Parts: sequence; structure tokens; C-alpha cells
Amino acid sequence: MPSLQRLLRHPWVLGILGILAVLLLWWITTASGSVNKLFLPSPQAVWQAGQRQWGSGLLLKDALASIQRVFIGFAMSAGLALPVGITMGTSPVICRLLEPLMGLIRYMPAPAFIPLLIIYFGLDELPKVLLIFIGTFFFNTLMIMDAVKFVPRELVETARTLGGRTLPILLKVVAPFIAPQVLDTYRINMASAWNLVIVAELVAATEGLGKRISLAQRFLRTDEIFMGLIVIGLIGLLIDLGFRALMRRACAWAN
Amino acid sequence: MHLQIADVSKSFGYGARTKEVLRQVSFAVNSGEFVALVGSSGSGKSTVLRLIAGLERPSAGSIRMDGRPLSAPGSDRGMVFQKYSLYPWLTAAQNVAFGMELQGRPRAEIRERTGYFLEVVGLADAARRLPRELSGGMQQRVAIARALAAEPQVLLLDEPFGALDIQIRESMQEFLHNLWRRTGLTALLITHDLEEALLLAGTVHILAPAPGRIVRSVTVDLDRSSLAHLRVSRPFLDLREELAQCLRGLEPALVA
Ligand SMILES: Nc1ncnc2c1ncn2[C@@H]1O[C@H](COP(=O)(O)OP(=O)(O)OP(=O)(O)O)[C@@H](O)[C@H]1O
Ligand SMILES: [Mg+2]
Repeated sequence: MPSLQRLLRHPWVLGILGILAVLLLWWITTASGSVNKLFLPSPQAVWQAGQRQWGSGLLLKDALASIQRVFIGFAMSAGLALPVGITMGTSPVICRLLEPLMGLIRYMPAPAFIPLLIIYFGLDELPKVLLIFIGTFFFNTLMIMDAVKFVPRELVETARTLGGRTLPILLKVVAPFIAPQVLDTYRINMASAWNLVIVAELVAATEGLGKRISLAQRFLRTDEIFMGLIVIGLIGLLIDLGFRALMRRACAWAN
Repeated sequence: MHLQIADVSKSFGYGARTKEVLRQVSFAVNSGEFVALVGSSGSGKSTVLRLIAGLERPSAGSIRMDGRPLSAPGSDRGMVFQKYSLYPWLTAAQNVAFGMELQGRPRAEIRERTGYFLEVVGLADAARRLPRELSGGMQQRVAIARALAAEPQVLLLDEPFGALDIQIRESMQEFLHNLWRRTGLTALLITHDLEEALLLAGTVHILAPAPGRIVRSVTVDLDRSSLAHLRVSRPFLDLREELAQCLRGLEPALVA
């Protein structure tokens, strides 16, 4: 059937089929009763847990708390990584000064900073936001630095022979050239920001999707744990798609 | 305008790793002239152009324009690179306007000059296309228009047609020749193609490799009313053969 073939060629169809297949498998497994409901709740139970938490306003409150932390921490990280990365990419001296340091810190697992952050800043918002900052800033910076280093020499030199000075060249040549890579860098590192906020909330928080999961564990509510995981995944996916859409619109020349 | 390259030498690297690329190169370019520099790959042709453009500093010697020493890049020397150097996120028209915007010219003037120079290079229809939608020859014509629009006193061309296939190359040579005749621009062309140099330039310098130095300079005084005829005319072919022998003599022997 040609229409079926055309349908299958749509970029999303196979992906959605994959998800549906797992859902179906999940449903069959739980419906057959072969697995303890405590370990693997049914899809319906998870859906109901979601409805309960949505109805009580808890889900929205948790999601907003987590999203806010991610956005503040990541905005700081992304905002600072841009000038620092561009400076490192353009100045060999500053690059040699900072790259080893950043390369070292980058390999320190961010969650290992949690104890320190709690000692320094207590249990408020600040340590969670800082954790996201620490966990993404060095990756963001080094990846932006690399993007700057790959700006073709001819593009910069052409601007210089047309009378361009340092700042206009940064704004009109370097910035547009690296824009697609920068957006992609942000998209990739956003995933770790999203991981880290959950880790931070598992350790210490009064609200947030991670907090809800660790509470659910205490009461053996696996349905709520599943629900939390799925919501976290969905929000992450949405952010990812948002970045991709932004990239398609803002950097059409690079596609 | 008088561009004077006097006893320019250039070495890269320090200490034991020093590499002498140019040794005491001297020549001049005057307003309205078309000068070509021919040499084999690696003889230092691009380095000469980069020195004039101010993208490198000479190790010794001086480069002066109207008596004033040149040390930094400036819009008085326009450059066209061998590799495509158009900004991929800008349309052809925006690329042409790029230099004028850096110079801070008034908007109306930029718009008018952009249209004019796209017309000059025969690409008025392609104004709104992105570089990746243009052929290699069209891209180089946009690059030439961009350089010209910034009103340079001399146009520096670094093997501008080196990456094009032979037919397009020939039509681009016609194009550049007509452009030179029509606009009276001053050009310094770098090429490894002797025919291209002899077709276009009134003065041709031969650059010997390792280290790069000028070993011969010829004035080419031939009838250029039709390049197609010139290509196959007797005096042209004789001159080309004579210089080709000179170039061949410069190549290091392949078998020791
Ligand atoms: N920045 C640099 N540092 C070190 N060596 C360099 C540098 N630039 C050029 N060279 C060397 O100088 C020599 C001449 O280079 P140049 O690019 O001027 O040659 P060319 O005649 O333009 O060659 P081609 O025809 O391949 O473009 C080469 O051996 C090259 O390795
Ligand atoms: Mg070269």
C-alpha cells in the first residue's frame, strides 16, 4: 500500500510506533498479573496517579518549581558561558590559561558538589541553582570555545580586509557563524541541567518533581514514581523540541 | 595610487624551525594596472598577498601605499580569497553590502551601491539567494562585488578561480578582464596558471619557490580585444611556452 509507505516515511511515525509498542508491552505485562503491582504498576494506575496530583494542583506546583530552578541555573550558565567561551576561542593566551582548569573541573561530577553546596548555602534555592550552574557551565563554555575555533579563517580575514574591527567582527561574523552550534550546545547541556535538578531535589527540597519521587519512595507509591519519571521525560523532550524549532527558524542557512 | 613592495622577506617560526618563505621580493602596482604573480604551489604567493593585505607582517622590507607604510588590514585593499569566503547566513545582496555596513555608510547609499555592483557582476537576479544556492563561479563573482563595493584602491585576488572547472574558469577570466576594462580597477592577481596571468595582466612576475623570490618580470603587450583569439595567437603561445620553460626549470628535480 503506497499510502502506508508514505505514512511510515514521515519522520515521527516510527518513533511514535516505538513508544506505543513499549506502552502496549507494559500494559500486557501488568494485565497478565505476572508481576507484582507494587514493582510495576499498570499504565492506568500511573495515569490515575497523574490525575490525582494534577487535580490537587501538586503536579503543576512541582513541575513549576523544578522548571524554575533549571531555567535560572541554566540561564546563568548559558549567559556567562557565551562571553567566556568566545573569549577563550579568540584569545590563545586566555585559552591556554583557562582550558586546563575547566577541563579538570568538567570531569568532577556535579552531584559530588551537593554536600559542599549544602554546607555553604543551606537548603534553599541557591544551592540547587548553583548545582545546575556548576554542572553545565564548563561544558557550555568549552563547547562554545570549540565552535569559535572552527570559524573559517577566511570569513574573519575578509571582514578585516573590508575594514572590520574586533568588536564588529565578533558581532557580525563570529556570533552568527557559531549561533547554530551554540543553540545545539545549549540543547545538549539542557539535558544535564534537567538531570541535576532532580538529583538536587532528591537530596533536599520541599517541592519539585524530584522531591515528589523521593516522597513516593518512602510510601512505596511506585505509581507516583512512574508518573514523576514520565513527566520529567516529557518536559525534557518538550524543551529539546523547542531548541530544535528555534534552531530551524533562526539558523535556516545551516540546515 | 602607487603600491610599492620593497625588498620584502618573510619567515615563519623561530629558532631551528624557522622557515624562509619569501626573500627580497620587490615590485610595484600603479593605478589602473593589472599585475599578476605566477608561481608553483607553496612558492609563497598567498603570503605575498597576505602581507599586502596587512594580514601578516613582513620580517624585513617595506610595503607602502603612496609612500605611507602599511601595517594593518584596511578597506583600501580589497581581498578575494581562493576558497569561498561568502558569509553563508547572508544573501548575495547582504554579502555585497557587508563591507559597506562595516564602513558605516548611509543606508540609501548601501542599497544603491549593492544593486549597482550586483549588476556589474551580472547577478542582479540572484540578489536574494543564499551562497549555498549559488554556483562556485557565481559565489566568486559575489565575493568580487563585495570587495569592489567597499571601494578599495587595489583589488587583491588570491587564485580566485582556482577551485572552478575549466569552462567556468575561462568565462570568469573574460568576466574579470571586461570588469577591469570597464571600471578601471587596479588589480593584483595571484595564480599558478600562466595562461590566466598572461591573458589578464599587463605585467607578470614569476615567483621561484623555496624561498619565494621574483626571478623574472615580463610586460605583456598583446592585443586583448578578444581573449578567445588571444589564447591561440602565435605571440601569446610563444610567450607562454617561454615562461613555462622558465617555470619548469625552477621545479626541484623529482628524481635525485
Ligand atoms: N602562518 C604560517 N606559518 C608557517 N608556515 C607558513 C604559514 N603560512 C604559510 N606558510 C608556509 O609558507 C609557504 C608558502 O605558503 P603560501 O600559502 O604563501 O604558498 P602559495 O604559493 O600560496 O601556495 P598555494 O599555491 O598552494 O596556495 C608554505 O610552505 C607554507 O607552509
Ligand atoms: Mg595560496
